Amino acid sequence: MNILVCIKQVPDSNKVEVDPVTGVLKRNGIESKMNPYDLYAIESALRIREEIGGTITALTMGPGQAASVIREAFAMGVDQGALISDRRFGGADVLATSYTISQGIKLLGDFDLILCGKQTTDGDTAQVGPEVSEYLNIPSVSNVSKIVEINPEFITVEMDMTHDIEVAKIKYPCLLSVDKDIFMPRLPSYLKKEQTKDLEIRVISLDQLEDQDEKHYGLNGSPTQVQRIFPPAVNSHREIWTGTQQELSDQLHNKLQELKFV
Amino acid sequence: MEKLVINQGLVGNIEDMVKLCPFNAMENKNGELAINAACKMCKICVKKGPKGAVEYVEEKVASVDKSLWKGIAVYVDHIDGNIHPVTYELIGKAKELAAKINHPVYAIMMGSNISEESRELLHYSVDKIFVYDNQSLDRFKIEPYTAVLEDFVSKLHPTAILIGATPVGRQLAPRLAARLKTGLTADCTILDINEETDLVQIRPAFGGNIMAQILTPNHRPQMATVRYKVMDAPKRSSEETGEIVSCEIGGDRLNSNIEVLDIIAKEKEQHIEASEVLVVAGRGIKKVEDLRMVQELADLLDGQLACTRPMMEAGWIEAKRQVGLSGRTVRPKLIITVGVSGSVQFTAGMNNSEHIIAINKDENAPIFKTAHYGIVGDLYEIIPNLISQIKASR
Repeated sequence: MNILVCIKQVPDSNKVEVDPVTGVLKRNGIESKMNPYDLYAIESALRIREEIGGTITALTMGPGQAASVIREAFAMGVDQGALISDRRFGGADVLATSYTISQGIKLLGDFDLILCGKQTTDGDTAQVGPEVSEYLNIPSVSNVSKIVEINPEFITVEMDMTHDIEVAKIKYPCLLSVDKDIFMPRLPSYLKKEQTKDLEIRVISLDQLEDQDEKHYGLNGSPTQVQRIFPPAVNSHREIWTGTQQELSDQLHNKLQELKFV
Repeated sequence: MEKLVINQGLVGNIEDMVKLCPFNAMENKNGELAINAACKMCKICVKKGPKGAVEYVEEKVASVDKSLWKGIAVYVDHIDGNIHPVTYELIGKAKELAAKINHPVYAIMMGSNISEESRELLHYSVDKIFVYDNQSLDRFKIEPYTAVLEDFVSKLHPTAILIGATPVGRQLAPRLAARLKTGLTADCTILDINEETDLVQIRPAFGGNIMAQILTPNHRPQMATVRYKVMDAPKRSSEETGEIVSCEIGGDRLNSNIEVLDIIAKEKEQHIEASEVLVVAGRGIKKVEDLRMVQELADLLDGQLACTRPMMEAGWIEAKRQVGLSGRTVRPKLIITVGVSGSVQFTAGMNNSEHIIAINKDENAPIFKTAHYGIVGDLYEIIPNLISQIKASR
């Protein structure tokens, strides 16, 4: 089984602010980490390999320092890693990102199973997985909460569709977006980290991709354009109550009566 | 084509430019300023750097002929004909947008044996309802569902398609967007339309710390997903208006490599999204046992217990009760937050609630910027008092 896991480096914190005067994003030396949802995808890949064997490749896209998430994947037990990195990929929206990743995947070879996390914590869209599957022309399912059966021909999974659980059998090749809690991700192993510290990470630039038309990548390949960013609105109606604890309880009780909740 | 060109002679102090970039995408490479792969093309270096140091070069891209794309379409999300209420909310928004640019409103529904159920949409004054009724469409499968939407778009050329951010919509929308090579904006909280028929899409970014306004200026159709309970549903009219158009699609386009074996209804659990009253426990709760009084208050108000992310992460309350961007978006009639500081990630998931009451000891807690009624006090006194008052008044 040839397995690929898509992972991403994200800011460690979402605490960014817009400078109200200049409209510029304020940067406060934010650290980076692996997107937490990707840990579940890596863990799923490792479990599948334990069950039926195979090779796991971790793929990411980003600046050079994003290679650190591949190192982390190695320390968890992933076999190979690749980083898609090129200045010309800058400013990519979901469509351009998905296209770039799908081009990278095609370069890396044929995969039976592609695993993605539910979403990233910085983009929060949960769209890249399904868009990649379209570019690769393979089926995809999201919200995978359990792997029921895995064998060389197909995989059977449970999907959490909010109000019900759907059980589906999917032929390879396919892409799965796994939910948080599908498995408890293992911690990186120090031993594996040591063993893989010289393992090469393949770096993929635009010049190696099948489609080298710059118009399809980065900002140029992105149909959506961010017009402006602004701080979220602050609720205008506000009342602040202070007083003794008894007064506050009375006031709250009266308000709940007035609003007909009591 | 758009790109950034550096004029080294005008850069001045390289380190200043390196600091200017919020994404660490500028670097000093052997005494020359260079842009690396972290660049997001935000153009801050162009606007805020020394004049001419970084130049933004743009060749005009050909845009589509927007006049050929007419109508706002809503994807009808349903399981076995039970239409998800987000559909009506989107129809309400679609009508408002369509009225501004004088376009029709379409609904597109696909499934098996749904002709009866699709008539319900006639009560919401949609101009045309396109129904694809085929046995192969009885369950959501990504390939045939995408094929149907692609067929619909190729025939109708709608300028915009609105899709509910449900488990199905979140898979279908991106798959269709990639097929049509168009833009898709997820989880929009505000939608408007300008005279160019460009959909003005506003969504939270960076976990809700920032709002981003996004356009898809050169592509059609424009696509957006919206979560349940963000828009307002129109009133159901007792009269039927509009027209149902029955559509067919060729057999092999409905093939799939996915076989749905079973659909198991989850145990009838209460969803916090469905509750009209929520009492939210936050980090101000010191011990897991203290959740009992919060639960009791929720019970007395016929509501449900919900929580913030730290409470979920501590394992005190199940993940499905978590409110916020990484949890559920809720819009109850009443929400009482108890010991919740009010991070933006949290408030983004509840700030559309009708009445927001917050109890927190810290008068500077950010929750008081969101709350309609902010109570600066000790929850350990106020909640027990309130519980006994409610009991006494019965």
